[in-house]
Amino acid sequence: MMPMKNYILTLTIFLPLIGAVLLLFINNEKKNLLRYFSLIISVITFILSLGLFFGYRDNQVGFQFVTKFEWIKSLNISYHIGIDGISLLLILLTTFLTPITILSTWESIQTKVKEFLFFFLVLETGMIGVFASLDLFLFYIFWEAMLIPMYFIIGIWGGENRIYAAIKFFLYTMFGSLLMLVAIIALGVSAMNQLGYFTTDYTVLKTISSNLLYSTQLLMFLAFALSFAIKVPVFPFHTWLPDAHVEAPTAGSVILAGVLLKMGTYGLLRFCLTLFPQISIDLAPYLSVLGIIGIIYGALVSMVQPDMKKLIAYSSVSHLGFVVLGIFAMTIESAQGALIQMINHGLSTGALFLLVGMIYDRRHTRLISEFGGIAKVVPIYSTILLIVSLSSIGLPGLNGFIGEFLILIGTFKSSVLNSYWYAAFAATGVIFAAVYLLWMYQRVVFGKLENQHNKDLKDLNSREIGLLLPILLLIVWIGIYPSTFLNKSELSIKNILKEVNPTKVELIKK
Amino acid sequence: MENNSIQNILESLNYFTPELALMLTFFVLLLVDLFFRKSKYLLPAISLVGFIVSGYLLVYTPDVKGFLFSTGMTNIGLYVIDPFSFFFKILILLAMIYTILFSLSSKEINEAGGNRGEYYVLLSSFALGMFLLTSTIDLLLMYLSFELVSLSSYILAGFTRNVKRSAEASLKYIIFGAVASGAMLYGISILYGLTGTTNLYLINFYLSNQNIESLPLVIAGLLIIGGIGFKISMAPFHFWTPDVYEGAPITITAVLSVASKAAGFALLIRSLKIMFIDYTATNLQSSAWAILSQFKWNELIAGLAVLTMTLGNLAALWQSNLKRMLAYSSIAHAGYMLTGFVILDNQGIMAILIYFFIYLFMNLGAFFVVMLIADKLGSEEMEDYTGLGYKAPFLGVSLTIFLISLTGIPPTAGFVAKLYLFGALIKAKWIWLAVIGVLNSVISLYYYLKVVKNMFLRESEIEYSHNLGHGNLLITLSLLIPTLLFGIYFKPIIEFAEQSVRIFGF
Repeated sequence: MMPMKNYILTLTIFLPLIGAVLLLFINNEKKNLLRYFSLIISVITFILSLGLFFGYRDNQVGFQFVTKFEWIKSLNISYHIGIDGISLLLILLTTFLTPITILSTWESIQTKVKEFLFFFLVLETGMIGVFASLDLFLFYIFWEAMLIPMYFIIGIWGGENRIYAAIKFFLYTMFGSLLMLVAIIALGVSAMNQLGYFTTDYTVLKTISSNLLYSTQLLMFLAFALSFAIKVPVFPFHTWLPDAHVEAPTAGSVILAGVLLKMGTYGLLRFCLTLFPQISIDLAPYLSVLGIIGIIYGALVSMVQPDMKKLIAYSSVSHLGFVVLGIFAMTIESAQGALIQMINHGLSTGALFLLVGMIYDRRHTRLISEFGGIAKVVPIYSTILLIVSLSSIGLPGLNGFIGEFLILIGTFKSSVLNSYWYAAFAATGVIFAAVYLLWMYQRVVFGKLENQHNKDLKDLNSREIGLLLPILLLIVWIGIYPSTFLNKSELSIKNILKEVNPTKVELIKK
Repeated sequence: MENNSIQNILESLNYFTPELALMLTFFVLLLVDLFFRKSKYLLPAISLVGFIVSGYLLVYTPDVKGFLFSTGMTNIGLYVIDPFSFFFKILILLAMIYTILFSLSSKEINEAGGNRGEYYVLLSSFALGMFLLTSTIDLLLMYLSFELVSLSSYILAGFTRNVKRSAEASLKYIIFGAVASGAMLYGISILYGLTGTTNLYLINFYLSNQNIESLPLVIAGLLIIGGIGFKISMAPFHFWTPDVYEGAPITITAVLSVASKAAGFALLIRSLKIMFIDYTATNLQSSAWAILSQFKWNELIAGLAVLTMTLGNLAALWQSNLKRMLAYSSIAHAGYMLTGFVILDNQGIMAILIYFFIYLFMNLGAFFVVMLIADKLGSEEMEDYTGLGYKAPFLGVSLTIFLISLTGIPPTAGFVAKLYLFGALIKAKWIWLAVIGVLNSVISLYYYLKVVKNMFLRESEIEYSHNLGHGNLLITLSLLIPTLLFGIYFKPIIEFAEQSVRIFGF
């Protein structure tokens, strides 16, 4: 028993919430105090999560930092949290992006600063909680509770059409998650039939779920998968995403793309796969096909977008298609690739949204046609945009390459999918990505400077550079030496795949 | 023989003290109203004291006692005291106490003129009627108390009679109510004709031992369900609800939507369960309508529940008046609760009890905030709520929390209520019903959010400031805190509900 060690995780989850409550006692008018306070809280949260990172033993199977308290005795629901390599990396992504995002709002959010930061910190607690919950009831509470702050973030600080986008976002997600709730209860009830007591504990449920009737499992799988698929979003459930992204304030988009979407893929990986292994294998081809459609469709739609933010939003559909494919190819390479792609997407797309936000703050437009030839005016901006775009495209040496490469390799030799065509089609997505991003880059940055408004654009200030630098650092780091992160998750991924399909797990070759 | 029954009645009175306290309150209020018309706080204070005393007596009467007021030939009486009725009586008292508190700060009530006395007098007779409804085991007493509740509420709904819509509401309520109670009375008379008794237990006894033709029995059952369905605003007997809820003073709307609905549910559960199901069975399986097994009661109720919640939610979508929207939403909530009745086992009833308890706080809370805002703003139109969240932040946030809880999103209490309800359904293998309930919750999200949207996502230039008095602040908090707290720590309600599913005879 190491009490301190165990409480780190709980503290990481709830520190932002505590911060949010404390925020309420600060005077509305002291905007900078509010900002610094939230920044400090989120930085401390990040430092705490680094403690998790360094304290995590990657040679140890199973969940670590486990804390379990009885919560509702009659239903055997407990406050049960813990992390493995997968949740560790996603929590780190969350705590890493949050302070950066808060810093990015320094100038762009000027109205209702306190409320914004309040919702933002509450959101962070929700996100970390989702990744750390080992009890489905607890998971569901974090999952749902997070919708409310996001609804307000889009709805209050968003663009022109924000109200429509916020409600659409809320309704779509709620629809999926309520069906998941039904499945969660149904799982608990089947636990009662098998073990004699109701429980929603993930570690217990995964031992009983495979004894259920095939048709029951199928329905439950579909309920879970639908909820996650809406969140990811998997084609054809993606229609809320462009609206939400375009209308959300920059910070909202960054967190939405960076973390919220990952909750969907995390759910697929953690719950769908291990709770319903047989169904996952049987449905893997279909879900993979949906993933591939997402890759190609997202990329094609991106190409024709006149609005930079919308372009990036659709590129998310494409990139997350890769993640879905990687998960359902069910090889260690592909799943590791999927995880690292989740991180990459969070970093690259997050940075792209930040960059678009920065230029929007200056010009109040995001239309590609409004720009052109700004390389000379804003050299630093152009350079960073180039690096980030290349990372998103998947240039070797930068992070995007690692994820997509691993996924494609894994898919190629996947015995669950058992066909080369999946990888072949998916690979076109990489080419398309190069087309839409480079084309956008070319139209925005190169060419002649014709628009008079762009003549006196200001380049990035030190705050903006400062908040982008950590992301750039990680983009290069993962591109060159991904093992820092892959090592953390390898055993956990292997473990999940072993639970799904013990015979077909091939060992990764180092 | 004679002596015996007098003995019994006298003995029974010991268990009847909470109801006696309400009666006493009723008379005291009548008298005081005659002499102290001017005093503003005296009548509500007396009502409050009356309700609190009644609650105190309620808590200190013994747990279970069957068959009070038995007379003549049989030992089977009119009235039972059991944990089930205790639960509902507590619920009703809480709702009544809140109503009195609401009335104190309600502009509508305070400006209604000199007849405020009647208002409080009628509230106490209303409470008494509901008390009787939760405990009655005799068709006659059931009908009488049903009428007592109805008549009191007709007048209360039209209390602000100089307001046109209030008078209209009252009239509509009377007409619909008369038809409903007529139908119920007809059902009762058929049952009496078939069995020769008005006691629920004896009816059950006859029905299970004698071969009785099922058609009249089914008709009687349907008529009774219809009559009670009117009280709980179950579709297709819900048409009065929106008009009455919109027209009545908000305080009355609030109490109608919680207390009288609760009494209706208590009556529905008790009477049908005792009459048509073998009441000696301790552990009921679902679908155990022992008598009348050829008629699929649970499917009928399931259909009505689906109809009720769907109609309620769909209609609520189009409302622009907040009070009317809450009226439709309360129809929808009755639909959710009815699903618990479909299962008819202890789990289902427990889920209803939990739901009601939580519903009390969140629904009264929503109505109270709407009332406070309406008194200041002079309007219940959603459009007029634009930007209100920034002008009256506390009320805005409170209303948001109540509405989120009504939707059933964690971490609010409304989530727990739905969780137990759907949990019971899934456990009893009524999964399709749970799925429909869940989809309905998504629909309801839309219209609840519409209010939140107007308050926070849109801005307006209107001048509005709200200086909440300490009293109103406390009342709001006393509803808000349970709504949040029970979302995270709900053990006490679960335990209370668990103890209260015991119906006398089961």
